[in-house]
Amino acid sequence: MSSAAPSPGTPTVLPADRQKIVDLGFVPVRAKLIEVAAFLDRVERYGVASDYRCVAMRAALSALADGKPERARRILESFSDPTTEPDAVSTGKAAYGAYRPPGA
Amino acid sequence: MRYIEPHGHMVSRTTDDYQAMVIAGCQAVCEPAFWAGYDRSSADGFRDYFRQITEYEPARAAKYKLPHYCWLCINPKEAEDLALARDVLALIPEFLAKPTVLGIGEIGLNRNTKNEMKVLEMHVDLAVKHNQLILVHTPHLEDKLKGTKLISDVLKSHPGVKPERVIIDHVEEHTIKRVLDQGFWAGITLYPDSKSSPPRAVDMIEICGRERIWMNSACDWGHSDPLSVPKACLEMRARGYSEEFIDQVVYQNPVRFLSQCPKFKVGAAG
Ligand SMILES: [Zn+2]
Repeated sequence: MSSAAPSPGTPTVLPADRQKIVDLGFVPVRAKLIEVAAFLDRVERYGVASDYRCVAMRAALSALADGKPERARRILESFSDPTTEPDAVSTGKAAYGAYRPPGA
Repeated sequence: MRYIEPHGHMVSRTTDDYQAMVIAGCQAVCEPAFWAGYDRSSADGFRDYFRQITEYEPARAAKYKLPHYCWLCINPKEAEDLALARDVLALIPEFLAKPTVLGIGEIGLNRNTKNEMKVLEMHVDLAVKHNQLILVHTPHLEDKLKGTKLISDVLKSHPGVKPERVIIDHVEEHTIKRVLDQGFWAGITLYPDSKSSPPRAVDMIEICGRERIWMNSACDWGHSDPLSVPKACLEMRARGYSEEFIDQVVYQNPVRFLSQCPKFKVGAAG
């Protein structure tokens, strides 16, 4: 994307040196992306890639490469419980990181 | 650099952490009531805890000349037991007069259940009745989006709630706009593995503006970092933001929100 055409949601006030944002972020984020790839390889190697959380992760990845903005928001939404009513009782357990569809 | 830590569970931290925070520029720390790592068996357990965060922790922080404030409630994780919740809520008014109590918090939802909703509504009634500020915890991970919607519906439907006196904490990219659009303040929590990182927090400020936002470490006994707010300042510096910009986010903003409680006497906004 050209620096002359910022995507929607880009703020009006940013520091002048925009190139710096790539220098700052690229290597740490590159490492995280490789962690994702290695994790997906690992769960396949262990034969557990059909776990609903792994399914949710693969689905979320499509947002990384679709060329549309607000990737972080859309990935967070993809992991979220889509229901709207309060649950009858607590499971007593902590959250898992991805919504578990009924039957999954 | 100066900053406020508006959300730290210092009962679970060492005295060394107090020292490190002060050395990093911390001007005040605020401790919301939360889960103790186990479910307390009676209201007396909460009475002891409320004494701990209104008496003992301020004294521990004072060794480093660090003002310590707190918020009171029964946290959402222990709010499934309605009878216990009623007993604990009955204790709170006697503590509200303490000189370092800022309001009711961190209330909210944990697993988005009906009983948690009832206890949230009871806390909101209590806060309105006693004209207290409100600090809200939003649920974790896959529960956050639904929980934030349920919480904001409760708050918006209560005629006595003034949104500018409510901060909704632990926002992320999928909840921050809803919170700000409804007139609430938004808290961004900096955690190593969940919630937000310093770069994402600064992204949210760039996109949503810096008017009604604070950042906090929410440090507790879990994987967390009591110095994550000053580390987010380093991220802003690295991107080229001015010291004035950084100061507004990490010092002036929390001072502005917290000064709505006349007991909060740290600095002055602007
Ligand atoms: Zn907390």
